[in-house]
Amino acid sequence: MGFFRNIFGGGVQQSAPESESVRIPRRSTGFNQFTRTILRPDGQRILDLGATSSSNIQFITGLGHMAYNEDVLTAASSEALLIPGQEEGSKTVDVERFLADELQHPAESFDAVLLWDICDYLPEPLVKPVIERIYTISKPRAALLSFFHTRDAGPDAPFYRYHIKDAETLELQEGPRHRLQRVFQNRHIENLFRDYNSIKFFLGKDNIREVLIIR
Amino acid sequence: MDNYRADVAHIGKSVIVKGELSGCEDLYLDGEVEGNIDLRNQNLVIGPNGRVRANVHAKDVIIHGKVDGNVFGADKVELRKSAVLNGDISTQRIVIEDGAFFKGAIDIRKGEGKTEAGRANTSPAPAVPAPALQTAAGPSIGKVVE
Repeated sequence: MGFFRNIFGGGVQQSAPESESVRIPRRSTGFNQFTRTILRPDGQRILDLGATSSSNIQFITGLGHMAYNEDVLTAASSEALLIPGQEEGSKTVDVERFLADELQHPAESFDAVLLWDICDYLPEPLVKPVIERIYTISKPRAALLSFFHTRDAGPDAPFYRYHIKDAETLELQEGPRHRLQRVFQNRHIENLFRDYNSIKFFLGKDNIREVLIIR
Repeated sequence: MDNYRADVAHIGKSVIVKGELSGCEDLYLDGEVEGNIDLRNQNLVIGPNGRVRANVHAKDVIIHGKVDGNVFGADKVELRKSAVLNGDISTQRIVIEDGAFFKGAIDIRKGEGKTEAGRANTSPAPAVPAPALQTAAGPSIGKVVE
């Protein structure tokens, strides 16, 4: 009896506290700059390509915008995407299938995109196609925020999810195990986003390079 | 206990519904539904075994299970940590527990059919179909397979 009463009869049901894992605050110049680009006007469409985060959704919708969430890394990690590779016994990611299922939006849909550090973790065959797809689905002058590791911390380095705390502060929370795939140099980043209009680099203290890209 | 249970309809985990599901009481859904769910002024809980392939309209929507479809919560939508939602959410308030999976758009609307002040570029409010004709106090449902 109490079960149903708790569901409907007790007023607004409070959610359980978020994950008990620690959240590490991190000031972010790049995110601050990104936020400035999306302050006005209201009603922008912001695409978050990280894991589902209540904080991020609350922040984006609190600015009066529509939040879109698509956890690209989780999708890219699916074993269902694996197909035989060119070398015998090897496997690779089915890029076509991934793009058929993910990032399926009309052209020029989004005013801004949060990539976080997915470029460092995506399987190699997906990196360029994902960036090209993002170019297609973002509007001219759209802002993209992308983070890149400046050094490889090893196979046991934790993967962190990014939560937005406020306009200049993020919180890092250890997330599911993803293996760092690569460390981009500046010229590689410039090449990756060569079709975009401008790139601005911000170097963080924690071996993270923050990059603000304008489409 | 019987009086209390009468306040909330219950679809168990072995029940499969295909078609229109509507009603004028709260609903706890732990089975499979394919079609459309319209509980316009009532609350809906999709239990951990719930598998919904439908658009959902309700007052408060709490999701523990899996939904493929758009969710319209007139007051609130909650995604619990085991929730998996592929679809858009339109509501006044949203609560997402850590661990929930969500893929889609969130549109926060203040007041029925209205957007927040100053938001000029949001999509129009979704069309609201007329509720299905009710023949009893309980939910009216399409084809049921048990």
